[in-house]
Amino acid sequence: MTRHALGVMLAAALLVPAVAPAQTSADGIAQYRALLADGNPAELWEAKGELLWKQKRGPKNASLEACDLGKGAGVVKGAFVELPRYFADTKRVQDLESRLLSCMAQAQGFNAAEIAATSFGRGEQVNLEALVAYVAAESRGMKFNLSQAHPEERKMFEAGKRIFYFRGGPYDFSCASCHGEAGKRIRLQDLPDLTKNPGDGVGFAAWPAYRVSSGELWGMQRRLNDCYRQQRFPFPGYASDATIALGTFMGVQGQGAVSIAPSIKR
Amino acid sequence: MSDPMRIRAQTQGGGAVVRVLMSHEMETGLRKDAAGKTIPAWHITEVSAALNGKTVLTAQWGTAIAKNPFTEFVVKGAKAGDKISVSWVDNHGDRRTDEATVA
Amino acid sequence: MTMKINPLAAVAALLAGCATAPPSPQELDRFTQGIMSSSFREQGIAKLDRLAQDELQQACSGEKPPSEDVAKRLEAAQLVTVKWPSDGVYLGDWREGEKLAQNGRGMTWTDPAGVPSGGNCYNCHQISKTEISYGTIGPSLYHYGKLRGVTDPAAPASSEMVRYTWGKLWNAKATNACSNMPRFGHAGVLTPAQIRDLMALLLDPTSPVNAQ
Repeated sequence: MTRHALGVMLAAALLVPAVAPAQTSADGIAQYRALLADGNPAELWEAKGELLWKQKRGPKNASLEACDLGKGAGVVKGAFVELPRYFADTKRVQDLESRLLSCMAQAQGFNAAEIAATSFGRGEQVNLEALVAYVAAESRGMKFNLSQAHPEERKMFEAGKRIFYFRGGPYDFSCASCHGEAGKRIRLQDLPDLTKNPGDGVGFAAWPAYRVSSGELWGMQRRLNDCYRQQRFPFPGYASDATIALGTFMGVQGQGAVSIAPSIKR
Repeated sequence: MSDPMRIRAQTQGGGAVVRVLMSHEMETGLRKDAAGKTIPAWHITEVSAALNGKTVLTAQWGTAIAKNPFTEFVVKGAKAGDKISVSWVDNHGDRRTDEATVA
Repeated sequence: MTMKINPLAAVAALLAGCATAPPSPQELDRFTQGIMSSSFREQGIAKLDRLAQDELQQACSGEKPPSEDVAKRLEAAQLVTVKWPSDGVYLGDWREGEKLAQNGRGMTWTDPAGVPSGGNCYNCHQISKTEISYGTIGPSLYHYGKLRGVTDPAAPASSEMVRYTWGKLWNAKATNACSNMPRFGHAGVLTPAQIRDLMALLLDPTSPVNAQ
C-alpha cells in the first residue's frame, strides 16, 4: 500500500467514531416520534375546530362564540390549562368535553345526553374532537394552573385520587397499576407516573393527541375510556363525574407543567 | 366534501419551504374489516403544486403514502407574497385544491 | 354553673362551621362511591359487578399499602384459593406458552364472550431473549428456571419452586398481597391447561427462556 493511501485510510479512520453509542430501542422510538412531530395531523382538527367554534349550528342555529370555558364568555386562549374547574351556572366541576357539551346544549340546542351516548368517531363526537383540538391548541405552551379554591374542586380532587387507586375487575387493575411508579413501561410504551407531576408535555399535559396508529384524534375522554377498557372495567360514561374527577386529580398533580396538546402519539 | 389542506409557505434562502398537511383516509385496499371483507382502496393518486399558476411539482402517489399525509418541499425562486397552490386527485376522481401565500 | 349562650351567635357559629369545615375522609369515601356507582355502565362482557370489590381489592386501593399484618392475613387467605393440578402435571408445552405470553386479548368489553384469553405476559415482563418488545412493570423472567436451579422440573428438588411458580400464576396475591399481577387462575382468566403451558415456558429447560 502506498504511503498516500495509508495516510488517507488513517485520516478516514480518525474521522469515523470508533464505536457508535449503543442505541436502545427507546432511543430509536423517540427519534421516530420526533420525526413524526413535524406536520402533526392534529392541526387539521385544530383548523376544523376553529371553524366549528364560530359556525352557527344546531337547532338554535347559534355559534359557540359566547361559550364560557371558565375565563369568561368567548375566551378560548388559556382556558384549557385551567380545566377541570367549577362552573357557577351548572354548579358542578367540569372538564373541557363536559363543558363543550353544556355549551352545545345551552347555546346551540343540541341534546347533550345523545352526544354523550354516541360512539367515538361518529356523529357529533367527530365535531367534538375538532373543538377539543382547537381549544387545547389555544393553550399550547402554557402551564397548567387548575384552581382548588372552590370546595367542589377540592372534593373532586379527593374523589379523583380515590378513583385513581381503585382496584377492580378480573385483573385487579387500578390506574396506579400502570401509572403509579416512575420509569415503567408496557411493552415499549413508556408510562408517566401520574401520582407525581410527570413533567412538561407528559401524561395529562399531552392530551388531546393525534394517534398515528389509528389516524385518530383522541381527547382525554377517549383516552380514559380506552384505559378502562384495557383495565377490564365496565364502560365509563362520556364526561361522567368519574372521568372529571380523574381529570381534576391529574390536572392538579400536573400543576406548572407545560401543555403540548394536541400532541402526536404512536 | 374533503377537509381543507393546511399549507404553510415560508421564505428560506432563495426560495420557500412549503409544508402541506392533507386530510385523506389513504385506504390501501389491502385491509380487511372485522367481518373479513376487504376495505376498498381510496387514496390520492396525483399531487401537483404551482407557484403563481405555474406547475413546480407533480407526483404520483400509491398505497405506501400514510393517512393524513404530510409533505414538505422547497420551491426555488419563490418570494414573499407569491401564491402557492397544492392540488390532489384520488382514485375516486375526487379532487381538491388549496392555496397559501408565501410568508 | 350555667352558661348564657346568645342563640343568634350560636347559629352563626354553627353555620360558619358548616361552611368552612372540610369533608371528613369518610364523607369523601362516600362521595367517591356515589360517583363510581353512577358513572359506569355495562358494555359487552364487562358487567357492573366488576366494580364490586372483594376484601383484597378494597385493602389494596389505598394510596399506601396495608400494614404488614393485614398483608400477611390477606396473602394467607389468597393461598387457600390456589387450585393445584388434579393429576399432578405442572408443565405443558412451552411453544403454546410463548403464544399465550404474546397474546393480550380477552375480558375487555370489545372481546367476544367465550373466547380464550391470552396471558398478557409481555406487557409487563421480559421473558425470552429474542422478544425485545417487553414491559418493565414486572421483573424480568428471562432465565427464570435456570436462575432458580431447575434443571429437571419433575425432580423432587424442584418441587418447591414448581409449586411456588404455579401459585404465582394461579394467584399472585398469595405471595404478595397488593401485587400488580392479575390472579390469572383464581379470576378465571386462564385455564389450568393454559397455566401449564406458561409453566413450561418458564421452567422447561428446553424452553428458549432457559435454553437461549
